[in-house]
Amino acid sequence: MAANSNSPLGKGAATRPVEVSRIEAGFFPFALILPAAILILLVVGFPLLYSLFVSFTPYELLKPNSLNFTTARALRNYQKLLNDGIFWRSLLNTIVFLAVTVNLSYVISMALSQLLSRVTVGQSLLRTLLMVPMMFAPILVGMQFRWFFNANVGLVNNFLITVGLIQEQGQIAWLVDVPLGMITIIIASIWMNIPVMTIILLAGTLSLPTETFEAAEVDGASGWQKFRFITFPLLAPFSYIALTIMSLDIARAFDIVRIMTDGGPARRTEMLWTYITRLAIEDTKFGLGSAMSWITVFLSVLFTLYFFRQLVKARIVR
Amino acid sequence: MITRSVGPNRRRNDIVWNMVAWLVLILLALPAFWIILTAFRPNIEINTFPPVWIPRRLTLEAYANMFGLNPDVQQRVAVEAYLRNSLLASGISTIIAVSLGTLAGYAFARFRFRFHTTLFLGIMLSRAVPGVALSLPLFLLFNRVGLTNNVLGLAFVYVAVNIPFTAWLMDGFFRQIPTELTESAYIDGCGHWSAFWRIELPLSLPGLATAAIFAFLAAWNEFQIVSVLARNNAAKTFPPGLFAFTEQFTVDWRGMAAMSVIMMVPAVIFVILVQRNLVSGLTFGAVKG
Repeated sequence: MAANSNSPLGKGAATRPVEVSRIEAGFFPFALILPAAILILLVVGFPLLYSLFVSFTPYELLKPNSLNFTTARALRNYQKLLNDGIFWRSLLNTIVFLAVTVNLSYVISMALSQLLSRVTVGQSLLRTLLMVPMMFAPILVGMQFRWFFNANVGLVNNFLITVGLIQEQGQIAWLVDVPLGMITIIIASIWMNIPVMTIILLAGTLSLPTETFEAAEVDGASGWQKFRFITFPLLAPFSYIALTIMSLDIARAFDIVRIMTDGGPARRTEMLWTYITRLAIEDTKFGLGSAMSWITVFLSVLFTLYFFRQLVKARIVR
Repeated sequence: MITRSVGPNRRRNDIVWNMVAWLVLILLALPAFWIILTAFRPNIEINTFPPVWIPRRLTLEAYANMFGLNPDVQQRVAVEAYLRNSLLASGISTIIAVSLGTLAGYAFARFRFRFHTTLFLGIMLSRAVPGVALSLPLFLLFNRVGLTNNVLGLAFVYVAVNIPFTAWLMDGFFRQIPTELTESAYIDGCGHWSAFWRIELPLSLPGLATAAIFAFLAAWNEFQIVSVLARNNAAKTFPPGLFAFTEQFTVDWRGMAAMSVIMMVPAVIFVILVQRNLVSGLTFGAVKG
């Protein structure tokens, strides 16, 4: 890797203009990809097909004979779901959760990256601080915020009482309340998403050509105008990388919900992922659970595909 | 960096920007430090009201309890088993996933072939499948072949789960290596494999380390699949272990914090080691190729 003295992010941080040229090599590249492809087909592809089959049967784990396919009843599970109020509720919750989390994570990370690009004192230490949430497993993020938002001993209520914003008797039931339960889950997810997004957007910002900004300054552009008309459009490929990577990992939110509220109280924070667990693992209805799994697989793949396509379109041509 | 003329206004602005940035990031990192601090505080300070913000004394009690050094504590969680299983599942899967992912990443970075984009996309999309959705058929299939409650079965799954991101990162790293060396090697009669093995692979070692640590952490932190495939301590790793802890000792916040700190150790090493390479690997996909 070529050293790049301009970028404080270090070696070759997205700044070195590279001509990528690929060569023909017959079967060789396929041989390189083959082992990886076989493993993925074995562990992801085949099980998914099997789960599609199971989703057409009324299979329940405790009734081994129920794993049989009849054409007449093939779509029964999907029909059941479409008529299930809790399914629609969990779908709606998931959509609201994703829409708010993805957008807010992006906006906050963008703001943070712009802020960090102006820092002159202690850059590297700040970047280490930024990476602190990355040290947390999603399940740990959930546990941490469950404790912080605990009504009786939680950090948040304790702090609010200490500074006098609420009374000792008026502790807020964060995790139980509507819509506070959902809001706390969203806060936890955003906290988890911020580092990777900010790092990518910051690297992008630092790699932008300075001449454009100098020209804009000569023309008397304001800080906001420079961001709106130069930084933001030029960052498009980096934005889509950040969003693609986040979309790959979006189902990690399951871990957070599972440990913070487990879909409760009264299903107010139930999401598709937690509802699958409840149907298949707790009620052993694998047929129904598999049908729902397929709906989430479909949605996740669409989500990732969308961002990936945008990324391909927005890629820098140098 | 954006160059700026130096004037009194600019200097004042710079000071404000720096202060805001520091404040925001300290707030962002604060929850983590609170967890670490809690692991080393006496219980009485944690659960008391009004809250004690500044610790008066630090203690290793939580760890003594966790590892069974305290005779008063009868019930405890199987930390040793979790640690062993986590290390085995993450370690084994990382070695294999990085090897296979590197080969695939190299193919995507260097060669032109049919279905290039389709294959790349297919591999990436396999990663988008939610763990919950994958865990149900895996449980049914593993049940038949006796791979549930088995660390090796778990490692096998993690290999496939980790290959896509490894391939994406390695594709990025290989594309940053100048092609001149390889081209001259070809002229000297070097084959594709020996060009990869003798020239490109050694040059990509920093990237390889980054990808390895990424894969290790992904397996180390995975919760959805292991919590379905591992029903007992023969294969349970730290994440389901922590979950079991929160179910069993609902109010032992210090114990949870202590366990969390152990879970964080590999991640802390990761942040220290790969900060720099991480960025270039993640962002190289922004360049068309």
